[in-house]
Amino acid sequence: MRDVLSAVIGKAVRQVARLRGGGSALPGLVIERIDPGFLARVLGRLPYGVIAVSGTNGKTTTTKMIVEILEASGLRVFTNRTGSNFSRGVVAAAIQECSVTGRLDADVAVLELDEAHAMYFIDRVRPRFTLLLNVLRDQLDRFGEIDATARLLQRIADATTEGLIVNREDRLVAAIGQQTRERLSDTAEVREFGLSDALLSTFPSDDDFHAAALPVREVTADADVTLIGLGDHEATFLIDGESHHTGLKLEGLYNTFNAAAALSTVRMVLERGPIAGRTAEAHPSASIPDLLQALAEVRPAFGRGEQLQLDGQPLELVLVKNPAGFRLGLASFDPEGVSAMIAINDQYADGRDMSWLWDVEFGSLASAGVDMVSGTRAWDMALRLEHDEVPVAAVEEDLSRALQAFRSATTGRPRRIYCTYTAMLALRKELAVLTDVEDIW
Amino acid sequence: MSTPELVIASLYPRDMNIYGDRGNVLALSRRAEAQGFSPRVVEVNPGDPLPADLDIVIGGGGQDSGQGRVALDLAARGDQVRDLAADGTPMLMVCGLYQLFGHRFTTYTGEELVGIGVLDVETRGGDTRMIGNIVLESAEFGEIIGYENHSGDTTLGPGSQPLGRVVQGAGNNPRDGVEGARTANVIGSYLHGSLLPKNPALSDFLIGEAARRRYGKFTPVAEVNETVTRARASAKRRPR
Repeated sequence: MRDVLSAVIGKAVRQVARLRGGGSALPGLVIERIDPGFLARVLGRLPYGVIAVSGTNGKTTTTKMIVEILEASGLRVFTNRTGSNFSRGVVAAAIQECSVTGRLDADVAVLELDEAHAMYFIDRVRPRFTLLLNVLRDQLDRFGEIDATARLLQRIADATTEGLIVNREDRLVAAIGQQTRERLSDTAEVREFGLSDALLSTFPSDDDFHAAALPVREVTADADVTLIGLGDHEATFLIDGESHHTGLKLEGLYNTFNAAAALSTVRMVLERGPIAGRTAEAHPSASIPDLLQALAEVRPAFGRGEQLQLDGQPLELVLVKNPAGFRLGLASFDPEGVSAMIAINDQYADGRDMSWLWDVEFGSLASAGVDMVSGTRAWDMALRLEHDEVPVAAVEEDLSRALQAFRSATTGRPRRIYCTYTAMLALRKELAVLTDVEDIW
Repeated sequence: MSTPELVIASLYPRDMNIYGDRGNVLALSRRAEAQGFSPRVVEVNPGDPLPADLDIVIGGGGQDSGQGRVALDLAARGDQVRDLAADGTPMLMVCGLYQLFGHRFTTYTGEELVGIGVLDVETRGGDTRMIGNIVLESAEFGEIIGYENHSGDTTLGPGSQPLGRVVQGAGNNPRDGVEGARTANVIGSYLHGSLLPKNPALSDFLIGEAARRRYGKFTPVAEVNETVTRARASAKRRPR
């Protein structure tokens, strides 16, 4: 009865919130207040349990990959699609998708957990499997320091009941894997995804950004899934001692590495099958060619190299939010022949601190130049580009005016916009009036 | 005629570079070029010697884990740095190295890191994190604009003057209404942002003192351009 009440109230609040325009987490807020056990009960019935995805970078795209590969294999998946990755957002998503009796029509939940709010979530629901991607410098003014973030991820790992998948190439995350292996060896299994030695230097971590030589890491065994080859929209993975090549629709180096993370996670879920004693309609097996075929079809998540069409030309949106991400974004996309705009906001969700712009080198943009710089911190960005001798054609803080000017100044050319999170939301709103923009994933 | 050289020693760039401190080195180099000098940056990591002919020393902040390593190395060269400071060498230390240029830094857990005492300051790890955009007023440098992010609670002794009075933000601690420290030509501050790109007056001070010490004179020739002026104005308007 309690479930029915919560579901009905939640759905009503959601309708009201939508009428008022926005507030995707509001129903979650209300239900959390009146029925704090709702989430645990609803998610606790899923035959394959809950998969948590955490880390500082790439959660959304990796979650999308895991969801789509699992769906292609025949499982019904519940996920927090709106990018509202705090617990209330998860509650809100559950309310939206559950029946009025409070039952989710799903076999498994794949949830992206923000490292700052994950604690609140794991107090209510213990993940069956957890994927930890990385600890990169990200919005430091929100989380304080990197070591603290690593400690938070360790707590998510400790709360995990059956399986942990970690990034072998991220010093802090690999250490969490080691500690978990020692601490929970009889209950939880730990697997790794990684890079071949040859690819290590392609993915600089904050740790080795200043080191003259890359640190030699001790590899004692193969990772579960290793990325061993990279190309233009293609990748080669080493799995169970065999190499597998696949095409990709994803953009950027980062996402290709995260594909290894997604594959490793899906393999663990499918190999383990439903939770002991629970019945599931589907029991797909983990055939590597099938998983790769599904992976090949995954498109970039919102704003991670998303392609739109504007005036008959491609327009690419690239989300940038920290030094490593911006560096790799610049490395992933060829600047030649493309008109570029950079939009930097400093709202709470972007991080108020602009110091991260000084940890990125922009020299690669010097020959093509930047056509427009915008956002609340447009002038900070312009100042940064000036220091790397990158020519800037125009600076306009107002995003709407900047987009118009950028559009008319670059007629007939492909365009690319590097933007922070809230700048992207605002630009998508503007662009939706001009062209087809998918609903936010 | 070749342009006169200025040697910038960048202290511990590998361990102490958490909030875009590289930006300070880059901005100082660019500003030195604009003022008619040839900057040469020498990176000094733990165990590396200080360049014999250095003109300016600059250093940044790190995580607590990097700070212990650096504190030991800095203590070992304390005499040398104190002599350079006493001789009028201009230095700028931000965040973690600001703390270690003081007498000591007592962490929140009671661990003590001994500093080199170039600045008359003491720091305790506090439980308030002072985060956000910050604006200072200084008689010598005008308005200083940056971003603070620290839980270190720093107090000044009589041997150091503050860098500036806090107009918006917290500063050295939540009580005193001042930020940073200054003894001779050594400046310590929690401000990053990065600090120097938006505050060319501070770069000019470091360059000017270095030029006078090495060449006997300094004639500034560079203007402050529109990009800097606009970036300062935008930053000042932003919420904490």
